[in-house]
Order: sequence, then structure tokens, then C-alpha cells
Amino acid sequence: MKRIVIFGAASAIALEAARTWAKEKASFFLVARNAKALADIADDLKARGAAGVATEVADLSVLEGLEAICDRALAHLGRIDVALIAHGALPNPSDCEASVVKALDVMRLNAMSPMALMLKLRLVMKAQGNGTLVIISSVAGDRGRPSNYVYGASKAMLSVLGEGMALELAKTGIKVLVVKPGFVDTPMTASFQKGPLWASPRAVGAAIASAVNAGKSGVLYTPFWWRMVMLIVRFAPGFVVRRM
Amino acid sequence: MRYESWGRYPKARHRVIRVADRHQPVSFQAGLRYLPFGNGRSYGDVCLNDGGILLATRGLDKFIAFDADRGEIACEAGVLLADVLEVAVPRGWFLPVTPGTKYVTVGGAIANDVHGKNHHARGTFGAHVLSFELLRSDGTRLDCSPSENVEWFSATIGGLGLTGLILQARLRLIRIASPMLTGEAIKFGGLDDFFALSTESDATFEYTASWVDCLASGSALGRGHFIRANHASEGTPLRDHRRFSLPVPVTPPFSLANPLTLRPFNSAYYHRQARERVATQWHYEPFLYPLDTIANWNRLYGPRGFLQYQCVVPKADQRDVSRTLFQEISRSGEGSFLAVFKAFGEQPSPGLLSFPRSGAALALDFPNRGEKTFALLDRLDAIVCEAGGRVYPAKDARMSAEMFKKGYPRLERFRNYIDPSFSSSFERRVMMRLA
Repeated sequence: MKRIVIFGAASAIALEAARTWAKEKASFFLVARNAKALADIADDLKARGAAGVATEVADLSVLEGLEAICDRALAHLGRIDVALIAHGALPNPSDCEASVVKALDVMRLNAMSPMALMLKLRLVMKAQGNGTLVIISSVAGDRGRPSNYVYGASKAMLSVLGEGMALELAKTGIKVLVVKPGFVDTPMTASFQKGPLWASPRAVGAAIASAVNAGKSGVLYTPFWWRMVMLIVRFAPGFVVRRM
Repeated sequence: MRYESWGRYPKARHRVIRVADRHQPVSFQAGLRYLPFGNGRSYGDVCLNDGGILLATRGLDKFIAFDADRGEIACEAGVLLADVLEVAVPRGWFLPVTPGTKYVTVGGAIANDVHGKNHHARGTFGAHVLSFELLRSDGTRLDCSPSENVEWFSATIGGLGLTGLILQARLRLIRIASPMLTGEAIKFGGLDDFFALSTESDATFEYTASWVDCLASGSALGRGHFIRANHASEGTPLRDHRRFSLPVPVTPPFSLANPLTLRPFNSAYYHRQARERVATQWHYEPFLYPLDTIANWNRLYGPRGFLQYQCVVPKADQRDVSRTLFQEISRSGEGSFLAVFKAFGEQPSPGLLSFPRSGAALALDFPNRGEKTFALLDRLDAIVCEAGGRVYPAKDARMSAEMFKKGYPRLERFRNYIDPSFSSSFERRVMMRLA
């Protein structure tokens, strides 16, 4: 039975991945800001078959407390088979341009906090000899675009960190999965107009659970065709990307 | 998600508010008209609110608790019956009542007081609801059950979403030992055979229903296949059935069900079972949810969509009235591949506007061919109305206000429970007070 820790457990994508694992009778340690949401999610996962669900309310943008949270998760679960890092925010680009403080806050939550967790969990998993670290990045990190470069930069950092770590750990039993979704219909994107390119959290969550269960390491574009799209975007000339 | 009904007729335009948090679901604004929308599996306009607001409830998809010892499950109202089965079946529990598709929300199942092939044994969905929480537009939350806020309980079951927003519900499940059903498929030659089989089967079988050839006439009037089954007592382990679904990816430009295709199909389908009686075993999936294996089958009827017609005629004259209905349909040459005929049982339905009552129920689709189709359905209404029967709102897009009023004598009492800020296209079409 898998022992799973999820950071940002109230994320729509993380919840769907968790539901798949709950059906497989996994045990969970969930971390999020909102106590009520955590309680509801715990009930949901238990009803669906989870062997146990422990929760901790925490603000993951407070970097100092992060290692201790990982220690508590490990102490509670006994071991960490899967760590899913799913917290983050999509800021209003003009807010970031107007306020340096705001932009740094975004980087702290989206990039520095996940990085701290990844480095800590790497040590935990190395000591165990196995485990899968999953980080939710985004296609937005594949190229700097005018419309959301602060968000993109934070995700680019996760992608490079994750890809490097995956290769560094290739000879061990530890997997690092960098998930790059495209447009996903979640509360984070509530204000956007949806179209045919939009994926459901259920599809993305299921893809993550599937990839983890299959022992995949490296980059996962979901849906798969974003890999081709981003290949083109990555090498497109500036005057094309200027409109994105 | 498309905010349209399953029959894709009529078309309606809405502003959609997605509800995702049962603690802070929605802030109602005065002067606006709201209607909850589950998964859009009702056919006509009970789930539409043209020009108004739809409260999309699929975000309320969390389970709250599952007592696997007592078989009681609590969940938010946007949970699908499919999700309930996914959780319950592996632990040896099943829905006591389920409609022909499992892709309806718990809220929708309550609001339409749905029924299934075992109505004669267990009544309607509402009969197995232990309680639910109803949110009114003034912010009041009502816990409703057979012993608390009883009037609200019976108004909301079958209440078509007009009494308020159901946030969560608790359901009673039944024990099963196996996901399989054992039973028989019996070929029968006409209406009299159907009623004989029905009387015989309803005493000992949990599930009974018939497909009938709606175009057969003369001595073959009402011929078809009768299926009857019980949950198997042991055998196959309780495991999730592999999901297999053929999608209909595009809408063909015309209906695939039309007079050229219908008659030969019905004839071939009737004769496909060579032997009169075949004993067989089914997994619950294809037995209870045959159409769920074809995702978006409603598209097969083309862009004009189709009209579902489901009626029940009282037991007293059911034989003669059924005969008249079948004759009318057969004469018209219209109809669908899948006409379902079933005897309802005596259990009283718990809702003020519940559809099922004891008698014979017929359900079938008609491709929307305009004037001709509407005229035929009006003629069927006249037959049903004269016999003291009624038409099922969950399937209706065109019955008259008078027809509805005559079929649902508790409408006046129901009016007291309609939330002043809730309304639907159906309500405005058939429930308005006649001058």
C-alpha cells in the first residue's frame, strides 16, 4: 500500500490523483492552507478507500517550516513512497509588474517552496533507497512569453530542477516526475474562457497517477500532444511569440 | 460540459455559476432566477432555465462518509451514481434504485425521483433517501428527512430543482454478493403475453422490463423481449467492471432513427433471439446501463435532437389503454429502436410530483421531425390523460400545462414550496397558473 504525501492537497489536480490512489487503498499525509477543505478531502478519500488520511494545515510559502513538515510526514507514514508537490498560484501579470514584492511572493510560493521540498525529500528518499517525487510544473515554463513571464519563470525553475534531479538519481531507485500540463479547468483558471484545448483535472490527475504507478521518471506532458506544441513554441521566432 | 438537456431540444441560453464548496455554495442575488444543473441527463427542459442562471453542481463531487457495515453513504449532491457504484460495489453494496444511466447526479436523481427496472420491488429513488440538506435562496439550510422538515422532503423529491439547491444527501444501499445478475430473456408475441409474463415475473424477480417493437401491428402488437433478473447470490468476485465505451464523436446531419431504418431494425431485433426463452447471466453494467456503453448516443438523432416520451397509465385499464397507444404509434410509423415497457408496482412514491404510480409505463424516443412528431405526441397525451395517467417531466419537452395539471393533482400543494428565486423553462412552460 502506497504511503503518499501531498503538498497543496486542495489542488483540483492533486485531488484527482489522490482519488485514484485512494481506490488502491493508499495512506495519505495531506498539507494545505485551508483546514475545512482538508477535512472534506480527507473524508472523501477515506470513503473512496484510503487506508488512512492525516492532515496538516500549513502555509507553504513560509520556507522555514518546510523541512519540519517533511519530517512529520515521514514520522507519521513510516516511509514516503510518493511525494506530490502541487501548490502554487497563478498571479495577475500586471500585479507582478507593478509590485516587486508581489512578484517575489509568487516566486517564493511557486518556486522556492517546491525547491526546498524537493531537496529535502530527495534526502529522505535517498535514505529509503526508493520513492517517487512528483512536481507539477507547466508548459508555461518551456518558454518566456509576454503574457505571464513571472509565472512561467517560476515553473521553468521547477522544470530544470526536476529534470536535473531525475537524471542525477537515475541510477538509484528514485524517480522524479516533472508534470507539464497545458490548460486545465481548475479553480486557478476560473476566470479564463474555456475551449477545446482545455483538459479536466480528472484527466490530468489520472495521467499523473498512471505515470507514477508505471514508474515513469522525467518529463510528463499531459495531454501528450503538448510536447509537440511546445517543441514548436520553443523554437518559434520572436515575432511569433511576441503575440502569446 | 455542455449545458443542454439530453434530447438537445429545446435550446436555451444561460449564465452558469459553478458550485464547488458546500459550505459556501453561492450568494444569491435578488431579482435573478436560478436552477440547479447536475449532469444534463434529463431529456426536455426540466434542467433548463432559458435566460436565467444555472447552478452547475458537478463541483460538489465529494463523498462525506461511507458506512460499509450498514450500507449508508453520505455525499455531496453533484456525485454521480457511477461514482457511488465505484465505491460501493467492491464493498458489497448496490444502489437499491437506479435509472437507465448511471451518469446522473445524486441531486438529479432526487429532483426527478428516478425509478428503474425494479420499481415493482423497491419503488423510487426517493424511497431510499435517508436525508438531504436543502439550501434556499434566502440562505436557510433545511435538513430534510422522513421525520424532519417532512413537507420539504416530499416537495423536493421529484421537485425538479425548484424548491432550492440540494447540497448533500444520505442514501441507503442494498447488500449484494456479486456484481452479476442471473435471469432470462424471453421472446413474447404480443401485449397479452407481456402482461401475463409481467404478473408472473414481478413476484420473484428483482428486475423486469421489456423492449417492445413499437411498429408491430395486428396480432403482433406489442411483441418484444422480456428480461428478468436477480442479483446473483455468489460467484464472480466484486471487482470494478472494465469501462468500455464507444464514443459517438460527431453528430450525423440527420437522424439515424427514421422510418427507413426503424422497421427493418425492429423486425431483425425481435427475431435475433431464436429460442423463446434463454437463461443467462449478465454483469450489472450491460443489464442496467446498456446505453452508457455508447457515450453521447443522443447525437445519433442528428442536430434536431429527439423527443423522449414516457407515460404511465393506471393499472385498471392498462391493457386496453396500452393497446390504443401502441396502435397509434404503429400507425404513425414513427418511433425509436428502444421502446421500453414495464409494469410499475404499488409502492407510493414519496414526492409530491413523483411520476411513478401503479400501472404500465412506456418509454420511447421520437426523432424530432417537427409538426408530425408533436401532433403524434399530443394524440398520445390525449389517450393517456383520458385514462387518468401522466407523462414523466424528466423526459418532457412539449406536454401542455393542462396535461401536466391533470396528471399531477398535488401541483397546487407543491407551489407552496417553490423557492421564489428558483425557476426552470419547464416550470414556466407547464406550471404557470392557468387563467
